[in-house]
Amino acid sequence: MSDQTTSGPVLAADGTPLKRSLSRALRRQKMRALLLIAPLLLFVLITFIAPIADMLFRSVENQIVQETLPKTVEALADWDPNSGQAPDEPVFAALAADLKIAVQEKTHTRLGSRLNYELTGASSLFRKSGRAVNRMDLETDAPFKEKFADIDKNWVEPDIWRTIQTYSPRYTSGYFLNAIDMQKGPDGAEARPENQQIYIMLFKRTLFMSLVITGSCILLGYPVAWILANLPMRTANLLMILVLLPFWTSLLVRTSAWKVMLQQQGVINDVLVWLGLVADDARLVMINNQFGTIVAMTHILLPFMILPMYSVMQTIPPSYLRAAKSLGATNWTAFWRVYFPQSVPGIGAGSILVFILSIGYYITPEIVGGTTGTFISNRIAYHISSSLNWGLGAALGAILLAVVLLLYYAYDKIVGIDNVKLGG
Amino acid sequence: MVALTPISRTPMSFYLPVVAAAGAFAGLLVGTAQDSSALGVLAGAVVMAGVAFVVTTMVDNEKLSRWGLVIALLAGGFLMGGLPGAVIGGLFGWFFGWFIFWLYEGRYRAKLAPYLTPGQVLWHFAFRVICGAIFIFLITPILVVMPLSFNAENFFTFTPEMLRFDPAGYSLKHYRDFFTNSDWQQALRNSVLIAPVATLLSVGFGTLAAIGLSQPHVPFRRAIMAILISPMIVPLIISAAGMYFFYSRIGLQGTYFGVVLAHAALGIPFVIITVTATLVGFDRSLTRAAANMGANPVTTFFRVQMPLILPGVISGALFAFITSFDEVVVVLFVGSAGQKTLPWQMFTGLREQISPTILAVATILVVVSICLLTVVELLRRRSERLRGMSPG
Repeated sequence: MSDQTTSGPVLAADGTPLKRSLSRALRRQKMRALLLIAPLLLFVLITFIAPIADMLFRSVENQIVQETLPKTVEALADWDPNSGQAPDEPVFAALAADLKIAVQEKTHTRLGSRLNYELTGASSLFRKSGRAVNRMDLETDAPFKEKFADIDKNWVEPDIWRTIQTYSPRYTSGYFLNAIDMQKGPDGAEARPENQQIYIMLFKRTLFMSLVITGSCILLGYPVAWILANLPMRTANLLMILVLLPFWTSLLVRTSAWKVMLQQQGVINDVLVWLGLVADDARLVMINNQFGTIVAMTHILLPFMILPMYSVMQTIPPSYLRAAKSLGATNWTAFWRVYFPQSVPGIGAGSILVFILSIGYYITPEIVGGTTGTFISNRIAYHISSSLNWGLGAALGAILLAVVLLLYYAYDKIVGIDNVKLGG
Repeated sequence: MVALTPISRTPMSFYLPVVAAAGAFAGLLVGTAQDSSALGVLAGAVVMAGVAFVVTTMVDNEKLSRWGLVIALLAGGFLMGGLPGAVIGGLFGWFFGWFIFWLYEGRYRAKLAPYLTPGQVLWHFAFRVICGAIFIFLITPILVVMPLSFNAENFFTFTPEMLRFDPAGYSLKHYRDFFTNSDWQQALRNSVLIAPVATLLSVGFGTLAAIGLSQPHVPFRRAIMAILISPMIVPLIISAAGMYFFYSRIGLQGTYFGVVLAHAALGIPFVIITVTATLVGFDRSLTRAAANMGANPVTTFFRVQMPLILPGVISGALFAFITSFDEVVVVLFVGSAGQKTLPWQMFTGLREQISPTILAVATILVVVSICLLTVVELLRRRSERLRGMSPG
């Protein structure tokens, strides 16, 4: 038997070469695994990834100008925006024709509010002109330039025309430029006036406060993780409940608890007044500012820092510290040179997790943040539900998403997403 | 309780100043409350040092002196501040009784290694005090909410009646409001209707995919994993905005079904993580053995694999459930008034009409989360025992 196998290819039981048979089995195994995953992957793609893609699309989409004023956009193409004068009669004729259709379809007000994001006053201009154009007769009422000038003087100023021309392409970078405090001028991007700049400041504040929250989570989480990892199992498990209970408690419960604690008539102020540390008429303002947001979010995110740190510290043998000390290291040297470097992976994992979570937080800043403690996410929510400037909200969201994905990638590289642990 | 170090009584020059320092600190708290911090510090230090001196040299009966101290300070507190004062006095009495003898008998040294220097011993206990403070920071907000929910007034703070432990200061009216108010009941009903269905969806798809992912050869495993985990990583406000845009395009915005789908997507990462973690310890030869004995894949799954990974599946389901039950940002955008859930109602309650009913709801939710936490913890231990990973 043995000399037979050396002569030809090794055969499987059914006579096919073993190599092919094995690779077929492997292929089948892969297919089976993919088939098991496919339903969920499809589900997530439809319910989650598609919405995100839609949001990204909306942050550059700008078809409304082109669709509502097709003839005007065409006629306006040769107009020189730097001429300082409104365009000539043909453009006005095209505008009249476009608006006539738009008024019938009632789309001119939507276009007005779209352009109003870029040029204040555009909304009322379009509403007013829509009514007037509806009464015009396209055949007999030429020339239209004077007619439009009668409706509103702004039509013979170059500003509105410049805006229409700038935003006539189907896709625009305008929302993204707005999101970083710039605007689209006729000659490309330019900075916004000083008094309209808000988003860069908001992004900076979000980053700064997330860093402060991450820092305070490290400061508070490190000792707790250390003591949990070094106490006897039984005691550690009991104390672990104190960490896990906040983790499992509803976010709104914790936020409302902080609202109760930090208010001017709240528990902390009451205790301070009772102890005489603070006068009754000089109660501390701890809510509706950055302090309130930082305290509440540190509390809410602290378990996310403690749990990864704890799981890393559990693996560090306590004998290393003792060995270092017996070799003559001081307490500090032993900690800093021996223990701390081994606990760095835990700090890294916890920090990235806390930073990712805090940078996109919405609920807590909304409730305890007031006006100075809000994040970029509150602005996104404002644009989507109140100001209805969806494009700008989507652009802000896209920038935030890019930052988070970058951090997610780093987390995956450093920790590995497979190693995320929940509840210890 | 193995004593690492032989202990002996400490000299008076050690424990009297330490007790006096602690007494001074307690005196500072009491003194500032009575508008004279300096006097409080002095009196606290002198009284406590005196007490320590008396009980250690003259009485020398630990049980008697500790009970005596508790009763004395209880009475003193009652005279100074009524019932709350008595409670605080009693606690101080218990603490100082324990503290004096802890130091005097040298017990603080018993469980520490004998070679530690005094500085290291001091740091050891200072570190524990710091950790204790952090634990208090973690748990206080949750504990404060509970008694406040029994407030008889519509305030978010302790009333003088509550501090006097006057029964008139307490009532169940906020709970009654929660159970009778139609807004809250509608919200509760919506939450209970949405969360289980979303959980079912995420557990069903999630468990299958987790089993697929834990096969030895999966192409694009990392990329697939990254996509499936992403709902947990992407900020909720972005998910909410995207879902709002997309679901209104396909007519799901403002419908029950839309909210369920959105919540199921958010719960999936938790199911994937817990179930794959359980499958890491799963012995593959068991399924092969079952197949060998003639079981088809479906039977193998339900009779062999499922019972073994059930703890992981259930804790994943609980995570998914709490995610949906707690979720407010996405439902705020994807839902309409008809899908108002409990967290949404709380959110509007906190933002607009501040009603203490929120605290009653919060207390109920804390109780619910304690139950869930217990179940998850028990399941985790059971699963570790099944896989032989830990002795306990």
